[in-house]
Formats: sequence, structure tokens, C-alpha cells
Amino acid sequence: MTATADPTTLEIGKARTRKEDARLITGRTKYTDSITPHGTLHLSVVRSPLAHATITGIDKSAAEAAPGVIGVYTAADLGVEAVGLPCAWPITPDQKAPQRPLLASKTVHFAGEGVAVVVARTVAEARDAADLVEIDYDPLEPVLDMEAAIAPGATLVHPELETNESATWVFDAGAAGTGGSVDEAIAAAEADPDSIVLKRRFIQQRLIPAFMEPRSAVCDPSGEQITLWAATQVPHILRTMTTVTLGVPESKLRVIAPDVGGGFGGKIGVLPEEMLTVVLAQKLGKPIKWTETRSESLLAAHHGRDQIQDITITAKKDGTVTGLDVHLLADMGAYLGLVGPGVPILGAFMFNAIYKFPAYKFTCTNVFTTKTLTDAYRGAGRPEATFAVERIMDELAVELGRDPMELRQQNWIKHEEFPFTTVVGLTYDTGNYEQATDQAMEMFDYAGLRREQEERRKNNDPVQLGIGISTFTEMCGLAPSRVLGSLAYGAGGWEAASIRMLATGKVEVITGASAHGQGHETAFSQIVADQLGVPFEDVEILHGDTQISPKGLDTYGSRSLAVGGIAIVKAAEKVIAKAKKLAAHLLEASEDDIEFSGGNFTVRGTDKGKAIQELAFAAFMAHDYPEDMEPSLDSDAVYDPENFSYPHGTHLAAIEIDTETGHVNLRKYVCVDDIGNVVNPLIVEGQVHGGLAQGIAQALFEEANYDDQGTLVNGTFVDYTLPSAADLPSFDTATVPNPAAATSNPLGVKGVGEAGTIASTPAIVNGVIDALRHLGVTNVEMPCTSQRVWRAIQDAKGNATQETPIDTHSPGAGLGSIDPNNPQGETE
Amino acid sequence: MIPSKFDYVKPASVADAITALQQGGDDAKILAGGQSLIPVLRLRLAAPSVIIDLGGIAELRGIREDGDHIVIGAMTPYHDIIRDDLVKQHVALLAQATATVADNQVRHRGTLGGSLAHADPAGDLGAVALALEAELVIAGASGSRTVTAKDFFVDYFTTALGEGEILTEIRFPKYTGWGSHYEKFNRTAQAWSMCAVAVAVKVDGGTISEARVGLTNMGTTPIRAAGVEAALVGQSASADAIRAAAEHATEGTAAPSDADAAADYREHLAKVLTGRAVLAAAG
Repeated sequence: MTATADPTTLEIGKARTRKEDARLITGRTKYTDSITPHGTLHLSVVRSPLAHATITGIDKSAAEAAPGVIGVYTAADLGVEAVGLPCAWPITPDQKAPQRPLLASKTVHFAGEGVAVVVARTVAEARDAADLVEIDYDPLEPVLDMEAAIAPGATLVHPELETNESATWVFDAGAAGTGGSVDEAIAAAEADPDSIVLKRRFIQQRLIPAFMEPRSAVCDPSGEQITLWAATQVPHILRTMTTVTLGVPESKLRVIAPDVGGGFGGKIGVLPEEMLTVVLAQKLGKPIKWTETRSESLLAAHHGRDQIQDITITAKKDGTVTGLDVHLLADMGAYLGLVGPGVPILGAFMFNAIYKFPAYKFTCTNVFTTKTLTDAYRGAGRPEATFAVERIMDELAVELGRDPMELRQQNWIKHEEFPFTTVVGLTYDTGNYEQATDQAMEMFDYAGLRREQEERRKNNDPVQLGIGISTFTEMCGLAPSRVLGSLAYGAGGWEAASIRMLATGKVEVITGASAHGQGHETAFSQIVADQLGVPFEDVEILHGDTQISPKGLDTYGSRSLAVGGIAIVKAAEKVIAKAKKLAAHLLEASEDDIEFSGGNFTVRGTDKGKAIQELAFAAFMAHDYPEDMEPSLDSDAVYDPENFSYPHGTHLAAIEIDTETGHVNLRKYVCVDDIGNVVNPLIVEGQVHGGLAQGIAQALFEEANYDDQGTLVNGTFVDYTLPSAADLPSFDTATVPNPAAATSNPLGVKGVGEAGTIASTPAIVNGVIDALRHLGVTNVEMPCTSQRVWRAIQDAKGNATQETPIDTHSPGAGLGSIDPNNPQGETE
Repeated sequence: MIPSKFDYVKPASVADAITALQQGGDDAKILAGGQSLIPVLRLRLAAPSVIIDLGGIAELRGIREDGDHIVIGAMTPYHDIIRDDLVKQHVALLAQATATVADNQVRHRGTLGGSLAHADPAGDLGAVALALEAELVIAGASGSRTVTAKDFFVDYFTTALGEGEILTEIRFPKYTGWGSHYEKFNRTAQAWSMCAVAVAVKVDGGTISEARVGLTNMGTTPIRAAGVEAALVGQSASADAIRAAAEHATEGTAAPSDADAAADYREHLAKVLTGRAVLAAAG
């Protein structure tokens, strides 16, 4: 059924520049904040400066009297005290899920939580008046440390739960029957002189997604349907969840995600502010707009990562791994996000990675603290898992005196062993770790750099060289609905698509996967052009508006191509089947004699034929069509994958460390990814580059720091140090020439949105430690700042140095010393 | 982010600016490019009643030669300084340090006078002005006066500028033929200096005959590393001698501690970076 045009004319595989770029790059598009219906009023949120406190009084009078103010509202004023935001992932039946209110009423549970809102005629008036709302607090003890939080006698974030533990989720391969018991593996290794047991603790620091466009929502209550524009990754989920949360009938709600400027998981939630724009628009009968400031975003938008990982690996002294035991503490923050509790659980299936661990167990305890919520952040659970396993494989190599790449090769699944069912029961359909690794080692000059490393060590060079390895895989294409069901996830994982064949031969494609910067419009157009044999330019991709695209499960988890793209293929197949029937009728031939190629339906063995555009017109005119069909080629499809897809790759980093200052210089970064068949190499390269930057940023640059009172101390981009292009080298990226195409979908694609982020963090940290290992350094916490590296070297030398403070502010004190909760520096 | 409400005036002359400043009183703020003031306003760290924008005063811009001095108008943007031939020839250290400030966009807006008057000890140009013994010309209602850089920097964000006064010119003595280098260490490429060292040295026949060393972000003001200078003069420009002299870099400093660098690390950096800066300047 698939078009078999001349391969040189195929769109798939072409490095097309993106259709979206002209409007996005020139800023001539509409983001949510650019939408201002007539009469719009503006919302500003008054947020708690304290992490944990009882609200003892709210004085709204000065704010209410301020110019332009329509009203100042608390949860009680709005009658929404009983409204709770949804958590869609009860990971265990007894998961403790405190209700997250739209606005705190009695107690605030994290710094940045909303307590009241101001509605005013202009943004500036709303912002000015918000400063005039006086809230009195009685401070409570903050809960900041996960281990302390679950110790007996800890201060409770939510006393009514009687614990700070939300849930403990266990996967035991022995019990599940997918592998051996890890307890037995550890006992056996301990008893065996030819085996070793290695334990390490890794810290996944808290990160902030830091998307480019701040979050924003506009609600217009006029019209039969209430319209909610939102800077969201999940317009469809937002519509359903707004119904669940506020009781607005789903049919009375239209959600539009216009162009959205990045998300990285950070726009996957259902926000109190989004719900408040709906509540207030209904109450006041006027459009309401909310757009956060960057400081609000850093403070109150959900954060990512934040895990303590205790890892035990067992192995034979010949290097063969025999077991992996994973214990996690995952910081949920003060409440559970929409899918927050499931994020660490997504990692459960990835700690075993590409290796043939015969025994495995995963235990994760989700913990409440008085910090901002955590939820999905690019990779969601899988970067954490990949980091831990790739770090401990390096540790094992050191312990056994082996080359770290050799040790990996010894333990990974060989290409001839696919399909391979792993210790967690997932079946990796395809893969070729040898191919990607060989190519990467050659591009990197692994042997040459190892020689240089040896030279520098021997010469005691002040600049030492480290080589960091990460041979990662990931599960993407979230996800088979039945698998999600078995994990108690609150939705399926299918995706919907429709194709409309217009009378004039143009094609409209509707997808439920709404992009927020990925380039769906371009990649999906390429797929449809090949499927239907129409010009790329004739395909229009429509998305992100529930009136246009009523059905979808949105964009996250590298699912757009592997799930959404396949739904489009399925819809195209139905279009072709209908067109074939119509062609047979018009050409007075048997349907079996109709051949489809390059957009033309021809009668086999003749020169008679109809182009797909002619058939679309014939269906529109409907003057002559078969009795047993409707006069339309338009088709819908819903695709639910049967398996995840498993991209993989080998990432290598050459790290130079200035041992005198601790400065880390990423000299060279090579990655070779096998992401299956590639639709658009340019988009792939962009995704990999951006992903690398984000993963490298975790390793070297980013961390959300809280002081001992639970105040986020780096709540501006002055202090929250995102790297720019100037901080990173030019990456050497490649995809393998002969990819192990996914067998789980007809395009053989796997997904690439998260690969760079998942793979790169351990490559960098492994490289940092490799550069310093001979000096006695065994660990450097992330981010590996120059100060941390310098202190690690001093510690290894036995030189005592002072503690690194985290509760003070960075240089550039003129800006850097801003406390976002108390920017004026006022004392209590 | 939206700043608090303020009035805005854009005088066309220094005299008008001084008048506006006097009328504005305590809450008036001068906008001299905006590198720091604009973010401070946007974050509502300051809520001035009136902003006096010096951007319309032509007489405050430009670079000229005045005998033994290079004179730079306070409102001359970084970009112009970096590219100016007189600066490159006679005050190369200033061009080198200025080129490290922030990013390209900011370098087109931010000004030398604005940076010095803001007196952020993490700012790069204070150490240069101090090390090079610049003179700062200050205009007020009663005329103008000149103070040395040493007297100009008083404390954290505090200078010798009095109420109703405006910095108009910065006069740098010529350091023609001196070697110079600005060694900057920061967390990300465009961040403030965690520590930086400004060095100009005169080398005659392999011997350092004169040295000027200034430190960024090692105290509440820019700091002159007099101990290093004294240790350098008369020494050969060899790596060992320079490293020994650099050990004096922390004398007289009061290194701050913050999340990027606690004081002990900063002190260590000051020594290492001083050695590197002098070596580069003398090389």
C-alpha cells in the first residue's frame, strides 16, 4: 500500500529546513501571551515567600484600592477551597496524594505557592497591586532533606497523611519471573571470592526545565464553548483535566495550544493558574490572561530529577555482571504533579540498560518535602537511570582494572541476540551496539586520546584529560496503552490522526501530537508526501486546537513520530484504500488491478490512470462513485503501539580539567546514535544538539539550590546557570549508516527527542572522574563546577578546605544576590 | 517582568541632567546604558521615582587623546572601547577587559561610566581603572572635580559620587608599550567574574620594571594588588618569579563567599589567575 516512488524523490530522509522556522525565528507567530481578546483582564499571583507556614491573615485592602484593580481573591473568595488539581498516576493503590489546591488557604507548602490573585485592567496594574497584598504567616519548620523527611519524628509536610512518604514502588525481577532475585545474587557474590559487590550513591540534583517561553494562559468565557489558550504540551489532556477539576463539561471547553516555545516536560502539567483563569473568566464574564515572569517560572513551575540513588552491582571478577539493586528516594516536592510520581518509575525499566543483568530489583520511595513539585523533565526517569548504570559500570571497570568500554562490550546484548527480552520483561526489538560504538570510537580517536591521557598523567600536566563513556538506550514512544494500564497510568498511549483530501488536491493532516518546537509540521508533511505521493508543499499539518484536532494524547516521551507519525501513516493507508476503490470504479477496472505509485492509481498493464488529486476532486463532486462507498477519501486513524521503541547510541566525551583551578573544559563530544530510520536528518541533528546541551548542563552547570529555610536561592537566570553556545564545543554527532530499524512500526522509526539528554550526563561525569581518578578522586557531585572539582582534588590530596556554601548568592552581586522571594531584601 | 512605575527624562546636556537629578531627589536613578539598572528594575529590586537617561547627551560619548592621557566619555559603550585604536594602543588592558564583559548585545548598550558608577565589585572594569590609576571626572551643580580611582571606589556599590553628581569622563594615563592581560574566571561564559585579575607590566630586557595589578570580586571594592606589584618589580619575567610574586595576591583582600566560590577557593583562584595574568602580560 505504501508509495514506491523513485527513492531519490522520497521526502523521508531529506534534510528539509523547517516550515515552522520562518514564523518562529522572526517572531511573527502567535504565542499565548500574544492573544488578547477584547476586554481582557490580567491576573497576577501573590506567592508565598516561605516554604512552610500557616497563613494567619490576609489584608487585601491596599491592593483592592490600587488603580485598575478589579478584584483580589483568595480560594475562599472564589469558592474553590475544595478544588484539587489532578494527579493522574497513582503508582500504588495506597499512594498518598494530598490535594493540591488552586490557592493555599490555611498552610503554604512551598515557596512560590499561590495564596491570592489580583485581577486588574493591565498587567502592570495587576503586578503592582500584587505587591500590596499583605499576608501574615506563622512560619513552620521546612522539610528539605529526603532522608530526614522519612526518618521517625520528622516534621510532616501534610500532617494529616501521618508520613512524608507518598508511596514505595517495587519491581523485583525474581518475583515477577522476568529474572533472578537480586538478594540471592548479592548473597552469592558476597560468598564467592571470584565475585565482587560494589555499592555507590549517586545524587540527581534538582533541575529546572527553563523553557524559552514562560507559561501562559488566556481564557475567554464568551461563546458557547469556553476557550482556553495555553502554553502547554498537552492541550487534549488539559481539556479533559479541566473538566475533571472544575466540572466544566468537556463539550463546553475548547483548548488551544498555539505555537508553544519549548516545554521539555515542563509544560506537561495542569496548572493552578490555568484553572484560575477559567474560574475568574466565568466569574467576571471577561477574558482573563495570566503570563508568568521568568522568576515565577523558576520558582513555581515544576522542577525535575532530584533523586538519591543507592546502587549495588554484583559481578564476577572476569567482568560478567550478575545483579543490580536500585534503591531510590525521589523528591516529589510539596504535592504530586500530574505524572510526577510515575517519573522515577519510568526509570525502573531502564537501569538494566543495554546489559544482560540476570538479576534485578528496583525500589523507589517517593517523598514529600516543602519544595516546588517535581514532574517530567526531558527524559523523565530515564536520564536518572542511565546516569546510575553508566556511572557504576565505570566504577566496576576501575574496581576490576578493566577498560570501561571493554567491560561494557562484555556485558551488552550482542546484535545477533535481538530481539532480546530484558530482566524487566521488555523486549528490545532491534539494536546494534557494536556498530554505533565502533563508529563513535573511530570518530573520537579513542585509542589516541587514551595515549594522550597516559602522557599527561605521566608528565603530571596541570591539565589532565578524562574520557567519558555512555552507551545508552532508552524506551521511547510512550506508549502501549496496555502497558500504561498495567502501571496504573491515568491515560492510554495511543495517538490520533485524520487526513482530509481537499477538493483542489491539497491535503490537510490533523494530528493529536501538538508540537512545542520539535518540527512536527515539517516531519509529518514529509511522511504524508511519501505516503500519498503528493508534493511536500501541498500538505498542511493542523494541531493544537481541540476544535480542529478533537482527539489526541499530546507530545512527551519521544512519542510524536513513533506513535503520532504512525497514526498518520495508518490514516494515509485508509485514504489510499478508498481512493483505490474510487479509481477502480472510474477506470472501469477491478480493484485488484489498480496499482498505486507516486500519487497515481493505474490499471495494471495499461496507461489508464487517475492521480490522487483527481480522485479527491471526483469524491468532492460525487457525480459518479461506487454504490458501496461514501463520497469521501477522508480518513481517521488511532494508533496504539504494541511496544516501545529502543533507540540507543554511544556517546564519548573528552574532558580537560585544569587541576589548578578545577575548571572543566569539554574538549570534544562525539555521539553516534541509532534512532532507526530518519525522517529528517536536520531535525534529528537539532534534537540531538539541544538534548546534549541539556544533559551536559546537568553534569556541569545547573542545580536548583535551596537554603536551609527552603528558599530557592538561584531563582533568576543570573544564578541558575544555563549554559549558552559559548560554553559548549561544536558537537560531532552522527547516526549510524545502517540503523537497526524498529520492527514495532511501519516506518522503522524510534524517536530522538530525549536521546541527547539521557546519554550525555553520565558521559561527562565519567569523563570528569576519569581525568582525576589517578589523583585519588572517586566522585564529584553534579553539577561538576570548578569549585567542586577543585575541592575534590584537595580532598584527595588530604588538604582540608572549607565547605561550599549553597545558601548565599552568586557573583555579580548587583543582580546575583536577588532573593526572588524577597527581592527588596526586607526583613521579617 | 514589569518594573514599578517611574518617570523618565532624557536630558540633552550634562547641565540638564544635573538639574534633573537634583529635582529627582533621593529616588532618582541614572540610566547609563542599562546593563545593570534594567534587570534591577525588571526584578523590582529598585523602584526609582524618576529615571534620568544619559543616552541623549552627545558630549558624554567618545574617546580622545589629551596629552599623556586617553579620555573616555562616561557614556561610551563597551563596543566602541573595544574597537578604538587609541585605546588599543595606549590602554590595551581596558580593551581586553571590556571585551570579556557580558555578551555582544550588552556590549552595545553598557557603558564604561555606567559600570564604574555602579561599582559592583564583580564588575570587570573597576579593577582596570584602579590598576591603571585612572582619574574620574565628576560634574555637579557647583562645577566639576576629579578623583582618583583609588578614592572613587568606597564600598560595595558605593562611590565618591555625591548627590546630584554625574560621572562624565574617565582619564587613563597612557601605558604605551606595556604588556597587559585580563584573566577572567567565571561560571558560564557570560556570567560575572568569580575572580579576575587585570595586569599591565612594563618589561625592559627581560626584567619587570613596573607593574599594575587589580583584582575583581575579591572584596567590597576592586582591589589593587600592591603586594604583587612590589614583588614583581625588579624581577625577571620568568614563570617561577612571577608565580612567587602571585602568592601575594590575597594580601589586603576580603574575598566574599557565595554559591560559586567560597572565600578559600576564591583566594586560591586569585593567586593562580594572578600568576597566569602576569605571565601572559609579560610574554
